[in-house]
Amino acid sequence: MESSAVTLEKNKKLPRSSSLWRQIARRFLQNKMSLIGLAFLIFIILFSFIGPFFSPYVNLGVDPTNINQSPSAQHWLGTDKLGRDVLTRLMLAGRISLLVGLGAMVMSVVIGGVLGIISGFYRGIVDQIIMRIADVLMTLPGLPLLFIMAAILSEWKVPTEYRIYIVMLMLSIVGWPGLARLVRSQILSLSERQFMQATEALGLRDTRKLFKHLLPNIIPLLIVSGTLSVGGAILSESTLSFFGLGVVPPDASWGNMITSANSLLDFQKRPWLWVPPGLAIFLTVISINLLGDGLRDAIDPNMRRR
Amino acid sequence: MKGYVVKRLFYMIPTLFGASILIFFLYSLVPGNFIDADQNLTAERKAELYELHGYNEPVVIRYFIWLKNLLKGDLGYSLQFQLPVGEVIGNYIWSSFIVALASLILTWFIAILVGIVSAIRQYSIWDTFITIIVFAAMATPSFFLGLVIIKIFAVDLGWLPAGGMISTGSNFTGWEYVKDVAEHMILPVLVLTMLGIGGLTRYFRTNMLEVIKQDFMRTARAKGLKERVVIFKHGLRNALLPAITLFSFELPALFGGAIITEQIFNWPGIGAIYMQAFSVRDYPLLMGFTMFIAVLTVLSNLLADILYGIADPRVRVKK
Repeated sequence: MESSAVTLEKNKKLPRSSSLWRQIARRFLQNKMSLIGLAFLIFIILFSFIGPFFSPYVNLGVDPTNINQSPSAQHWLGTDKLGRDVLTRLMLAGRISLLVGLGAMVMSVVIGGVLGIISGFYRGIVDQIIMRIADVLMTLPGLPLLFIMAAILSEWKVPTEYRIYIVMLMLSIVGWPGLARLVRSQILSLSERQFMQATEALGLRDTRKLFKHLLPNIIPLLIVSGTLSVGGAILSESTLSFFGLGVVPPDASWGNMITSANSLLDFQKRPWLWVPPGLAIFLTVISINLLGDGLRDAIDPNMRRR
Repeated sequence: MKGYVVKRLFYMIPTLFGASILIFFLYSLVPGNFIDADQNLTAERKAELYELHGYNEPVVIRYFIWLKNLLKGDLGYSLQFQLPVGEVIGNYIWSSFIVALASLILTWFIAILVGIVSAIRQYSIWDTFITIIVFAAMATPSFFLGLVIIKIFAVDLGWLPAGGMISTGSNFTGWEYVKDVAEHMILPVLVLTMLGIGGLTRYFRTNMLEVIKQDFMRTARAKGLKERVVIFKHGLRNALLPAITLFSFELPALFGGAIITEQIFNWPGIGAIYMQAFSVRDYPLLMGFTMFIAVLTVLSNLLADILYGIADPRVRVKK
């Protein structure tokens, strides 16, 4: 009894002058679910980016003598109709799907963040214009909008290796309005706060107000909505690629790998072709959402969903 | 309130106007068109059709013609069906509607029930289990879920038909027909319900947890009311209030069809027709449908605000 009390006393550190970010980190580390999400996400990233180096099939590519093999010791997830190793392709596809998700997120956060800040800070006519554009974009159904853009951009005859940047761009065009609205309302409510009135009274320049006082306060919001939007972007990319409008072969993405399910024989008899990429999307998005949720809880306990 | 509604109605005009511009010019940028896609047409016939459909006019002129017809309630003429677009939408919207309605009712029923139980038993095993299911539902690509469901229930188990709306070659009437359609509906409804349930369950759970902490709940218990009455009459009612807004947002989904799910299940709804029209570049139909959804979206936003104002007077004052 006594000894435990003593160790407790010893381990108890003096309350550190803990910074905001340290508190956030502590709260985050207490959340089991989000740690699982983070761990899984790291696993998937390693699987996609490091995994191919351990695969003997990366440079082999097409192998006509070895087509449509079911899973075996050599090919853990079998081979496809061109004799390519499905597991290796799954890793390479993961690189593209993750990059597209991340890239689309970065673009939407930059566009949405900048326009949202401008809107909320300068108000007036600029705000009106930006918000009306956002309104219009949000009025249009997302999927048809993506289809249209994909059809238009396909006409540009972009080399396939640059195609993923086009997909990122498309997803961010659909993604920014929601974010801009969120940022704008946050800026508007921050502007009412006393510290912003103080900056007014002190006669600070606009740039100083923006970068020193407003931006730091919306960074947490951007991190959380950014993280959560990666999952959405990966889902949208997979849908587009499934319909042949996103990432196109020979580049593999998880979405276009599932396209093999369109052939009746592959769908019924060769589930190893299309089930693993589907599960990969599922597991990736679920981990990203768990992580994003954990971050939200850690960053702003008030936003907590309990 | 009336003034507010009128103001909001006027507010809709520029948004819809902007939407019409964006829709028209985006579609006009899409490569290919219905007439060129037809290999059997001679060059003269093509030129004739171009003239007939006004494709020789500049884009801007064509936009204003389209807009003028739109304002008269004329959505244009579908090239693929050789019918007015309004009629095509009218023909297919109801098969989309029955699936959407069935899944809507199911989703809300399950979400309310599960959300409440989860909130009352917060942090129990059940609650954790539900949380995991909710996350799973939000992370599944719709087309993949559809494929897996077909594979399991239609191909492997053979319990239910894999796609379509009626059995091929059948000409059932009366109850037989209803039964046949219902059987074909089960899987698409299941998929739509699974996809929609996540967010809603989570929403009800959060709301319920908020309400449970309120003082009036304690008062109700202190009065000696039965727990059932406390939860359902005092708690649920208040938790449902903000949900009115969400209910209005279901409007576009109810009439707009589910493009992916209908495509996967070969369900002859407006979403599948959209995909088909897209592949043959039937622009009048595509533009008409997209505009239709845009109008529905704007209306549902308006409806949400009005209903919320009626249900909760505190909101009204602030505006």
